[in-house]
Amino acid sequence: MKKSLADHLLDWSGRIFLTAILGFLVLPFFVVAIASFNKGAILSFPPEAWSVQWYVNAFEYRDFGAGLRNSLRIAAIGAGIALIAGAGFAFVFQRYEFRFKSGLNAILMSPLIIPNFTIGLGILILTASASLPRNLWTVVTVHVIIVLPFVVRSVYVSLQNLERNYENAAESLGASPAYVLLTITAPLLLPGLIAGGIFAAILSFNEFTASLYVVNRGTTTLPVAMYNYVREYADPTLAAISVMYALAVAVLLLVLHRIFRLERVLNVE
Amino acid sequence: MLSDTLPKAASKTGEQIAVQIDGVGKSFAGTVALKPIWLKIARGEFLTLLGPSGCGKTTLLNLIAGFLEADAGELFIHRDLVTRVPPHLREIGIVFQNYALFPHMSVAQNVAYGLRTRRVSKVEITERVREALALVKLEDFADRRPRQLSGGQQQRVALARALVIRPRVLLLDEPFSALDRNLRGAMQVELREIQSSLGLTTVFVTHDQSEALSMSDRIAVMSRAQIQQIGTPDEIYDRPQSRFVSTFVGDANLFSATLISSSGKDVRLKLGEVGLDLTTYQSDLPAPGPVTLFVRPEHCRLTEAGSPGAVPATVALAVYQGSYTELYLDCPFADTGRAMLRVPASTVMAPGTAVGIALPQQGPAIFPKE
Repeated sequence: MKKSLADHLLDWSGRIFLTAILGFLVLPFFVVAIASFNKGAILSFPPEAWSVQWYVNAFEYRDFGAGLRNSLRIAAIGAGIALIAGAGFAFVFQRYEFRFKSGLNAILMSPLIIPNFTIGLGILILTASASLPRNLWTVVTVHVIIVLPFVVRSVYVSLQNLERNYENAAESLGASPAYVLLTITAPLLLPGLIAGGIFAAILSFNEFTASLYVVNRGTTTLPVAMYNYVREYADPTLAAISVMYALAVAVLLLVLHRIFRLERVLNVE
Repeated sequence: MLSDTLPKAASKTGEQIAVQIDGVGKSFAGTVALKPIWLKIARGEFLTLLGPSGCGKTTLLNLIAGFLEADAGELFIHRDLVTRVPPHLREIGIVFQNYALFPHMSVAQNVAYGLRTRRVSKVEITERVREALALVKLEDFADRRPRQLSGGQQQRVALARALVIRPRVLLLDEPFSALDRNLRGAMQVELREIQSSLGLTTVFVTHDQSEALSMSDRIAVMSRAQIQQIGTPDEIYDRPQSRFVSTFVGDANLFSATLISSSGKDVRLKLGEVGLDLTTYQSDLPAPGPVTLFVRPEHCRLTEAGSPGAVPATVALAVYQGSYTELYLDCPFADTGRAMLRVPASTVMAPGTAVGIALPQQGPAIFPKE
């Protein structure tokens, strides 16, 4: 079929529009990537000379190393707690009817609408007024609150997709509820659980606004350390970190996608 | 009507009762899924729960299995009161419509599952799994995963898994509906053979009336959350007790008539100008007035228009079926406006031809007008 001129224009403007949007999405990353290899401390475009010195600096700056260790520890502990608690909540929500179900659900999902800085500030005020120490566990608490809704949703969806007859069949074959959970429900949910856990860890690792309120010198996370750095120095070290950071998360997501199919985890299928 | 069929069923199964249901009922959020029912299933009996979707048959099956808890009534399996017993202690086997084979286990592990929960020794598990797989002719598939099997093979595994625990009752939830037609017939025969050779009490849920007629010792026809009629397949087919049963099981011609008088099982009817004297099989007859007359197509005969006692009709459509022809007739007295007769395949009838439908003297039934 022959296309009219208007069709051609529409066709091409559509393509250009889409390309522009995709370009805007990835443009910041390319700017940062080029900046990270710039020899000079002040960004000039295009760079006059290339260097990896900012990468070296990133590894040598001690706050980043400490921040990375804190972030990894917080992400691991936080994701672990969120996974166990979230799986429990999801199980209860999917399987049982009780009086304050919708109320409890609203409370559990509220971190999705309450801004992260409000959560951080809330916990800060709470620890201060209760004279609790501000340590790693304070940060973990904040992160658990923030990632919990995502874990609950992810496990809930996995549970909903789980054919109920598997468990019924197992029960009819003489398996007690605990044995069914152990031998049927858990193994069939495992991919969803692992994916939910990794997703929670990534969210926790990336969290900045709420952490800013509750960290102290000893518990500074990597994103907060980066923020502190940029307030003191104006060189492309952060660009170098950003590139490594983005690549690491991308690799992790790729692996996750390969193993568990990301669409399913994010529930956007 | 329910009350007069039940004592009969109970006396028939007086010897050895496998399942006894005493007034078990179930509602969901105010909607009645199953009105309280009373039913006894004999040991070794093949009982079919037949009905349209939403009639309560699956609810009843789930109540027997223990997946649902009854609101009222008591349930016995082999004389044990199991109303409040959880499913894993009921010793029942179940085959689901989608088989529900555990996808993360091999065929052998699936079949062994019910033995492992019973802490049977390893040696005995191996032996009994082998036996069970041999019974369903799948010995060579022990190491496969369920997804590597065809639908028919998956069903055999599901059956082996249910049978290996030597259940007191086998429950089948529409197990054939996912199979294609040829395979379905073969699996029905095979299942019935295994069932009767093991003398296994079986409760079979289906909405397919021909499946119910061909497989069952008894059929309980259900609709609107209760059992409408229970009996052997020929009782259900030849002597339906209600309009619903007459049309749900088999083909039925229903005519609007006026009941003039009745004495015992003999009735005098009028269809317009045509007067009929018939003998029914019913003990309960409606009061004189407008009624519905029920006759199976194979009991109707085609005659010439205007024959005495024949219902007037016109040929609408002839559908060739190979060994016979289905003749659809426009008939002013038919409930739906149409009646159907089976005639020899060689019969040629042009649409529009005026004919008569001769009704049998014995065997029709009269239901109250709805």
